[in-house]
Amino acid sequence: PPLPQVVPGADPASRQLCFEWGPAEVLVCETLFGRGPALTGSDAAGSGEGKPGSSCVFVVRRDQDIYIQTLRKLFNESHGIFVGLQRCEGLAGRARRAQLVQVSKNYRSVIRACMEDMHQAAVSARDPALHSQYSTQVSILSAMELIWNLCEILFVEAAAAGPLLLRLLDWVRLHVCDVDNMVREVLSSENPSKHKLFWDVVDVFVLQGRMDEARHLLSKEASANPTSMTMYRILDDLMKKMPVPNLGNTQTLTEMELKWQHWHEECQRYLQDGTFASNSHMESICKILLGDENAILEKKELMTTWYHFLVTRLLYSHPTVKPMELRFYAQSSMDMFLGEEGSPEPLDTILMAAFEFELHQVIKECSIALSNWWFVAHLTDLLDHCKLLQSHNLYFGSNMREFLLLEYASGLFSHHSLWQLGVDYFDHCPEFGRVYLELHIERIPLNTEQKALKVLRICEQRQMHEQVRSICKIMAMKALRNNRLGSALSWSIRAKDAAFATLISDRFLKDYCERGCFSDLDLIDNLGPSMLLSDRLTFLGKYREFHRLYGEKRFSEAAKLLLMLMTAHIAPCSFWMTLLTDALPLLEQKEVIFSAEQTYELMRCLEDLTAGKSEKQEFQNDDVETMKVEMLRLALARNLARVIVKEGTLEGS
Amino acid sequence: AMEEVCARFVSQKISKARWRPLPAAALQPPDLFATGSWDNEDNRLSVWSVGDAGNGGLGGEYQGEPQLLCDIRHNGDVMDMQFLDQERIVVASSTGTVTVFRHHQNNQTLSASHRWEKAHYHVDRDASCGGAACTGVVCNNPEIVTVGEDGRINLFRADQKDAVRTIDNADSSTLHAVTFLRTTEILTVNSIGQLKIWDFRQQRNEPSQIFSLTGDRVPLHCVDRHPNQQHIVATGGQDGMLSIWDIRQGTMPVSLLNAHEAEMWEVHFHPSNPDHLFTCSEDGSLWHWDTSTDISDKPSFLHQGGRSTTYFSHSTINQSVVSAWLSNDPTKDRMEITNLIPNQTLSVNTLDILGPCLVYGTDAEAIYVNRQLFA
Repeated sequence: PPLPQVVPGADPASRQLCFEWGPAEVLVCETLFGRGPALTGSDAAGSGEGKPGSSCVFVVRRDQDIYIQTLRKLFNESHGIFVGLQRCEGLAGRARRAQLVQVSKNYRSVIRACMEDMHQAAVSARDPALHSQYSTQVSILSAMELIWNLCEILFVEAAAAGPLLLRLLDWVRLHVCDVDNMVREVLSSENPSKHKLFWDVVDVFVLQGRMDEARHLLSKEASANPTSMTMYRILDDLMKKMPVPNLGNTQTLTEMELKWQHWHEECQRYLQDGTFASNSHMESICKILLGDENAILEKKELMTTWYHFLVTRLLYSHPTVKPMELRFYAQSSMDMFLGEEGSPEPLDTILMAAFEFELHQVIKECSIALSNWWFVAHLTDLLDHCKLLQSHNLYFGSNMREFLLLEYASGLFSHHSLWQLGVDYFDHCPEFGRVYLELHIERIPLNTEQKALKVLRICEQRQMHEQVRSICKIMAMKALRNNRLGSALSWSIRAKDAAFATLISDRFLKDYCERGCFSDLDLIDNLGPSMLLSDRLTFLGKYREFHRLYGEKRFSEAAKLLLMLMTAHIAPCSFWMTLLTDALPLLEQKEVIFSAEQTYELMRCLEDLTAGKSEKQEFQNDDVETMKVEMLRLALARNLARVIVKEGTLEGS
Repeated sequence: AMEEVCARFVSQKISKARWRPLPAAALQPPDLFATGSWDNEDNRLSVWSVGDAGNGGLGGEYQGEPQLLCDIRHNGDVMDMQFLDQERIVVASSTGTVTVFRHHQNNQTLSASHRWEKAHYHVDRDASCGGAACTGVVCNNPEIVTVGEDGRINLFRADQKDAVRTIDNADSSTLHAVTFLRTTEILTVNSIGQLKIWDFRQQRNEPSQIFSLTGDRVPLHCVDRHPNQQHIVATGGQDGMLSIWDIRQGTMPVSLLNAHEAEMWEVHFHPSNPDHLFTCSEDGSLWHWDTSTDISDKPSFLHQGGRSTTYFSHSTINQSVVSAWLSNDPTKDRMEITNLIPNQTLSVNTLDILGPCLVYGTDAEAIYVNRQLFA
């Protein structure tokens, strides 16, 4: 929300600020750009260079409330409600409405719980700055709940004439709690009717339509003051008889209006014949019952807000007000209450917009007034589920619901810990959610494998192949840097990243050539089907199998495999020399292992290799290499001699 | 029984929750547990009390809601933790450090009483960022065994400065969890689907036995051993599969049971009632596996896998009592499984059970306590 923010520590008087957009925040730093000469001129030190620019970079967040620790409860708990709301479809009509009202109530109870926590924090805060910070939060949360509750009555529940007034009364009673202390003080005093605030409390009850409580209190006055008994009885009777709209369908609006008319006329009669003339308090109560605006306005201090005045006024003059008539009474109530000098504050404007059924205005004003996206995002989503925002498309992005959810979820993703909540919000933004998620998820720092696995799970569930590859690659690179070849290979196998698997296989083979033994045998021996991911990996697995067969003295199987690695071109050419050298001990065994045919093939491999080499690198052949080739040739020739004899003997016998 | 569950939002993602062990002769249920957080700028180890149900409501608190007794900052994510005894908690950190914290019950404070810096590390231990996450810790007072992303196994003694034994490069992949099999033997699971037994009596730095999953080498994340029948081992995998192993025979699991849809983070046999087993997962569910009832008429969730039926037959002598966990006849022995979390959203990272009490913690920053598990 576009609240002006002060960048702490920055001094726009002496330097300019420059900025760079981030996904959910803005980076701001100080710069001398464009002011260089003027500044150096006035620099008292006269260094000629001016003061070095501040090296600070400020991070300005778009959603500051995300970082308030106490609100994390709000974010987490409401996330559950949000997800639940997206899942529950299928009901219709009355049941659906009841369900939506319940969801709305759940959201409000989370706000209230959070408010209580914040209040506790404020009470126990010793630092005055902290205390005032918490107190501010309490009043913001309280305002959020007030607005939400009104929206719930008007839009979600869409209360009809009659019940509408009862709901509004509940709303006022719930939120105007400034007078609660006063009520408590009077009620707990030894002799309430002698208390100086006695009549104020009676008035509060009357203004809020709490008739039973008002009558109970009045009875104390009557018993203490027998002279006014008659007057009291009449007032008590009027208050008892006052017709109220009821929630069931047992009476029609017309019946109610008729009853109300009768009662109103009766009150009028008593007032006119001066029944209450001797007691100004009772007379003023009677005037209030008659809906006398001036009499009600006299109690301004007790109502504290214009919307309390509005509801009291409706109670005693238009109890069957229809939703669409609210706007007229609301506007005039605000004007009358605030008077000429008073000007409406943001909260007043928001509530007014709600009374006017200007839904988009409500959301817009809330976006401006509140320092978080949580409120508008969740409220808009709920209203959207009530099918109230269907027709409204923005000229940018998709629709308002999605726009606000994207903003909120982006804020969550900028938080080091709350990012997980953001995923579900993006999931329920059909148009741009996926793209946002893709962009944000890649920026999550992966400090442990466990966290990487969690991020990976999110991506895999949504078939985000590109991100899966990228995460696995990052993890594989990290493992490689830490010399954890086994882990690195596991990660590239998970990403099915053939190129990287080849790279790691080469590292394994290089290690083998240098050290003469394999590292990480537990992994290589257990490659299973993943061996087929890359040719080099296949070779690595097969080559290791050769060593195992050799170790187990299964020579002829080993020999067959070794030859196959070359003839089937599974082994890279660079590795042929090693393979041929590996053949040496097999050629030197007492019993003949390679058949004549196999020996010829080995010879051809050797000649292919040396021929290929001599063309390219004739002068690079070092002595060791030449000696190896000579030894191999000798061994192959001897083997051939032995095998010819052996095979000839076998045939002859 | 969901009404018995008390929840509390704690404004930090919970990675571990552990009940404080009960004194040997205790009859009352556990009343105190510890939690660790992860992925916070400022991670914490916290100790909570669940109070006495009879005295609930004192001071206006909600009955049974866990109350914070004390907490302390912890450097790095809490990867694993376990009570060493009634007062000391061993905590594994993503920085590779293993710390023993002491809970002072007289004044409700926590302090670090011993620390093995970078018990797990990559390449260079002295480099500023050379630590490797310590992923698992298991205690058998005074012995402490830790495993990590570096594939290393450490054996510490609570009162000794240096490791008693270290097996470098014990595993080429990441070791995810560890538990004791017997006093000198441990079990580890790794990221290529292997279960290994290590015997500290042997000087060789090699496992004494290797078991592994067939087919795709699905990483294993957690392991627990049957409290009475030590040859029965349960592990949980990346695909959410519960594997039951009989380490006396074969190299493959006896059965594979499927309930979770994502990583299974923890598996625990009930310590005193091991016909019951509990698992939790990244998919936000917590399953209660119950083999104690014979419910032949109910539909079964059990599906066989992992090996052929001929492979395992209970014909061996001295096997008059065959554990329900190893039985492989799905028509005869059924398992009743229940998800204890109906509206799951974010991951359930941890759970612990002791007596009739269950505690679990989630990425939705909440801890839940159920004190009447079998009610």
